[in-house]
Amino acid sequence: MICDSCKERDAVVHLTQIVDNAVSQLHLCEKCAAEKGVETSVGLPQHPLGQFLAEVQQQVAVPAAEAGRCTFCGASMKDFRAAGRLGCPRCYTTFEGSLRELLRRVHGHSRHVGRTYDAPAPEHREQDTIRGELRERLRRAIESEQFELAAELRDRIRVLGE
Amino acid sequence: MTIDLSLLPDGGVSWLDASGSHSDIVLSTRIRLARNVDGYAFTSRAREGERLRVLAQVREAAATSASLAGAFLFRLDELQSQDRLLLHERHLVSKELAGLDANHPVKAGSAVFLGDGLGVMINEEDHLRLQSLRSGFALAEAYERAAALDRELGGRVPYAYHPEFGFLTACPTNTGTGMRASVLIHLPGLVLTKEIQRVLTGLQQMGLTYRGLYGEGSEVVGNFFQISNQTTLGRSEDELIDQLVHVVRRVIEKEEEARRVLQRDAGYIIEDKLWRAYGTLRFARSLTFEEAMNYLSGVRLAVGLKLITGLSVYTLNKLLVFSQPAHLSYVEGRTLTESEAAQARARYVRDALASEAGSNG
Repeated sequence: MICDSCKERDAVVHLTQIVDNAVSQLHLCEKCAAEKGVETSVGLPQHPLGQFLAEVQQQVAVPAAEAGRCTFCGASMKDFRAAGRLGCPRCYTTFEGSLRELLRRVHGHSRHVGRTYDAPAPEHREQDTIRGELRERLRRAIESEQFELAAELRDRIRVLGE
Repeated sequence: MTIDLSLLPDGGVSWLDASGSHSDIVLSTRIRLARNVDGYAFTSRAREGERLRVLAQVREAAATSASLAGAFLFRLDELQSQDRLLLHERHLVSKELAGLDANHPVKAGSAVFLGDGLGVMINEEDHLRLQSLRSGFALAEAYERAAALDRELGGRVPYAYHPEFGFLTACPTNTGTGMRASVLIHLPGLVLTKEIQRVLTGLQQMGLTYRGLYGEGSEVVGNFFQISNQTTLGRSEDELIDQLVHVVRRVIEKEEEARRVLQRDAGYIIEDKLWRAYGTLRFARSLTFEEAMNYLSGVRLAVGLKLITGLSVYTLNKLLVFSQPAHLSYVEGRTLTESEAAQARARYVRDALASEAGSNG
């Protein structure tokens, strides 16, 4: 993605702005972002995000899931039918009903009976890795306008320290 | 970056060494486990930043994996297309990951870890595709190694897992165990006796499927078939493997039976046909890939029937891989036109057979 300001460098900062109740996105490279006074280390503006997001939330009405889109990746069942691939792990929860039926048709079953799995506890994982993962999720949350989630992620990143 | 295949343990082709059981009929066994990292979109929908995070996390986990000790990481997004094709011809990366299709160029973050008989493709259709490759017919052993690697990586990288649906994959046809177990099997006897269609139909009725030499979407050449499980949900890994073992054993018996019938009912015709195949490979000055594959299939059968002795199955296996276009270019040190490749192929095959001159048994 190219920077909206200089149209030359790659955009690394993705800002969500609200002008006259309309949400718009601004993508900036590091240099242009710095010129506009945006803190680039976490890719977000410096002013208190919580308050900023609280204001936005009242203006963003329909939850994504109800509009038939995955709340994480924005994919719809229509996208799935076109591509034959789901967008993300969350799609399995979002479209659970339709997928259960589909899995039954494809495999003859819809319940996993193989190896079970427990994800590693967060304390056993590198702080840097968790921070990197949270930042990616924060970017996606902002892109998909899930501002409550974004605020939570932002807080978790803050707790981990920069 | 130019590829240096000598970095790989045994060039990544120890699965060709014909050391495994039934290796005159079964070339190799492969287990593939599809896994995704929780918290990111699947590869096709992931942004570049997400794919690079996935790569970074897998690298970090791989560094502490005993199974991947000595493994080498190739960044496909940093390799020339010729080198990516080379890895594909060795069955080490899929066509999709190597970005060989003009409509789907290689994506940032595409990479592969290659160790001794083990590999991990990163940012393929799923974030991780763990592969375990063994010579001959060795499903249980191949699964053991893949499962050990899976435990090591899954203990560091949080996988996307659902209590009802199991391991979550981009395509629902892989959901559940995420496992595809397959054997690459040579069935010239069943093809010549025209029994093959019945056998293949039988496989499908048992929830199994077959593909060509290079997996999904590839054609059957040289009488090589990849037989694998079709379903991944509702059965455990052990059940899926046991069923495949059982069916492949039956297919091997059928193939052996077909070979006996051929020798009994058409002895001299078959003998003549196979020696002609050997003669062509031994003396031809130009060979297309298809021709080479078909004649090699004949010579492999002749070795199996002990008509030709003193020629190892390993040599024949290597010819399958090394007579392909990117390998010929690699050996010649330059890009070859189609006719140059056909001549280089004939030369390569001639030299390989001459150095092990088979004798009449």
